[in-house]
Amino acid sequence: MFSDMVTARYYEERLQEEYLEGKQPAFDISAGPIPGELHLAAGHEAAAAGVCQHLRDDDTVTAPHRPHHVAIAKGVDLDRMTAEIFGRRTGLCKGKGGHMHLFDPDVNFACSGIIAQGCPPAVGAAMAAKKRGTDGVAVAYLGEGAIDQGGFLESLNLASVHDLPVVFVVEDNDWAISMPKERVTDVKNGAQRADGFDMPGVRVDYNDAVAVYEAAAEAVGRARAGNGPTLLEVQVHRHMGHFMGDAEAYRPDDEVERLKRLDPIDRLADRLRAEGVDEERLGELRAAAERRVEDAIAFAKEQPEPDPEEAYDDVFADPPEPAAKPGTAAADGGGDE
Amino acid sequence: MATTEPEPVAERDLTMSRAMVEAVATEMRENDEVFVMGEDVADYGGIFDSTQGLLDEFGRDRVMDVPISETAFIGAAVGSAQAGMRPIAELMFVDFFGVCMDQIYNQMAKNAYMSGGAVNVPMVLTTAVGGTYSDAGQHSQTLYGTFAHLPGMKVVVPSTAYDAKGLMHSAIRDDDPVVYMFHKRLMGLGWMPAPPGPKTPVPEEAYEIPFGEADVKREGDDATVVTLGLHVHRALEAAAELADDGVEAEVIDLRTLVPLDTETVVESVRKTGRLVVVDEDYRSFGVTGEIVARAAEGALSDLEAVERLAIPDVPIPYARPLEEEVNPATEDIAAAVRRTQG
Ligand SMILES: Cc1ncc(C[n+]2csc(CCOP(=O)(O)OP(=O)(O)O)c2C)c(N)n1
Repeated sequence: MFSDMVTARYYEERLQEEYLEGKQPAFDISAGPIPGELHLAAGHEAAAAGVCQHLRDDDTVTAPHRPHHVAIAKGVDLDRMTAEIFGRRTGLCKGKGGHMHLFDPDVNFACSGIIAQGCPPAVGAAMAAKKRGTDGVAVAYLGEGAIDQGGFLESLNLASVHDLPVVFVVEDNDWAISMPKERVTDVKNGAQRADGFDMPGVRVDYNDAVAVYEAAAEAVGRARAGNGPTLLEVQVHRHMGHFMGDAEAYRPDDEVERLKRLDPIDRLADRLRAEGVDEERLGELRAAAERRVEDAIAFAKEQPEPDPEEAYDDVFADPPEPAAKPGTAAADGGGDE
Repeated sequence: MATTEPEPVAERDLTMSRAMVEAVATEMRENDEVFVMGEDVADYGGIFDSTQGLLDEFGRDRVMDVPISETAFIGAAVGSAQAGMRPIAELMFVDFFGVCMDQIYNQMAKNAYMSGGAVNVPMVLTTAVGGTYSDAGQHSQTLYGTFAHLPGMKVVVPSTAYDAKGLMHSAIRDDDPVVYMFHKRLMGLGWMPAPPGPKTPVPEEAYEIPFGEADVKREGDDATVVTLGLHVHRALEAAAELADDGVEAEVIDLRTLVPLDTETVVESVRKTGRLVVVDEDYRSFGVTGEIVARAAEGALSDLEAVERLAIPDVPIPYARPLEEEVNPATEDIAAAVRRTQG
């Protein structure tokens, strides 16, 4: 758990550096080695590591637009994930998806940039597990801002009425871009949404990885045993802007500094020390995590960019004939030029 | 902008976002029933600056941050519009229409007709469109054709600050639902540099740009280039290049898709005989096909060559070389025009 968390944290810090290359002094979202939006998850690690510890490769996880920490905890291939974020041909999605749209079928991980829209497919994965009689489970991650979305609420109901093995994990960082939670909902404890669907709803406070681990043991165990879904809400903290380049003018000045003092990694490290893990061991774990991240970034940067012609591949698994570039005479059924 | 005239400055260069906000603010001052709703429209001022400064002047009652519940708040705009108010609802990216399309196309767009004209829905749905910055398949579409295809909504697409302001005044005053699609790359954002074209002089006073009037941006006899949004600027750039080689392209900015100014297109095609349609939406069943069809209906015998450039029926890919491949570039437009010069 500690390794996953320090890997995820270091990963985000390094990606931030890479992302800002070519974007300074004037920030241009389309410039640099990593173009486009980048949503980093520093401060969210406990929610990922605490839950995914209980998962196997054949369990499914869907994540939202802020996916790296979850992907790392789920065991997504870090080299190919990083290559994808750098837009390389050998990336998880051949450069077509990018950081918000990572798919790794080897460990059954996927994410989507549309709020709450990972929930229904997670329900579907759980449905498949149940129909096939496996004890696989599915976990859908979403932010607290996403729990006002129909795709989430409908999924709760569907999962509940069919007793499907799903765990919904809400990462409550109190912000949806610039909107604080209190502005968009009167419900302080999002886990209460579960009440309306007759399923257990559990909230874990204080960004505490061990508490998440314990709550998730029960939720995942319940799903695996065929006893249906659980809604878990985890308090996390957003240490960075919503996306890189977010000036966060809407945010109280001292908030991030205050939250950093409640760092979930420090909290877990303290706990480990208290249980007798020595400083040297923690240092080794950190060093190994940093090496792994550096290796992944180095790997990604060496990879080739996709060939422009590859833009036409993969629209269909079974492309209609003739398999020609759309817009060409052949694709239109014979040319007149 | 410096002026030597004694009167107060009546025109300044504005970015598209400033021009758009100016129209909204003016309408809000004049009509208490105009209000704005959307995600991050209050303190943030809109992710693409489309509501910048409105919170300070009008307060939270009239500039409302709402939950990430597009079905609920866009539907609420429909309802308050039917109650006679003039809401402006912002769908942050047009790509998110998927989670709320029923309110848009089955309610907002159809209620006037299905009620036999008993009700009308005077609302504006603003939404950001377009790619060019590696935001991939769920955040880079324009979907112009999708919205224009479904009857009952007027659809406008400004390409300059001047048009952004005039079209917004018209949109708010219109008695029907208007989908106001602004291209992110044209807004003049500090973090997403715009090309030089969209920042234009804008009069201080209110003015309307009537729907259904395309703008001939550049006259020419050799080919007609019909386009909209970001690609107006790419087409103008291409036309300037072509002129160096003695090819004179006429560039038409559609400005509104519904209603569509068929007359201007057909007239131009009668003159040039050569039509190039450039669109940042998908190729099939979209704007390019529609414009070619209208030209064929109106000027078939004059048509000597037709080219269309659009996203080649693939989702917008993330990696830069892939996105550049599918999004028509200035050189692609110039090449297409050259191909029509038989
Ligand atoms: C349906 C939909 N609406 C709006 C957005 C734009 N958007 C992206 S992230 C975000 C805020 C999400 O907040 P939250 O769910 O709390 O997650 P966080 O970003 O805080 O991790 C919004 C509004 C979107 N991607 N999809």
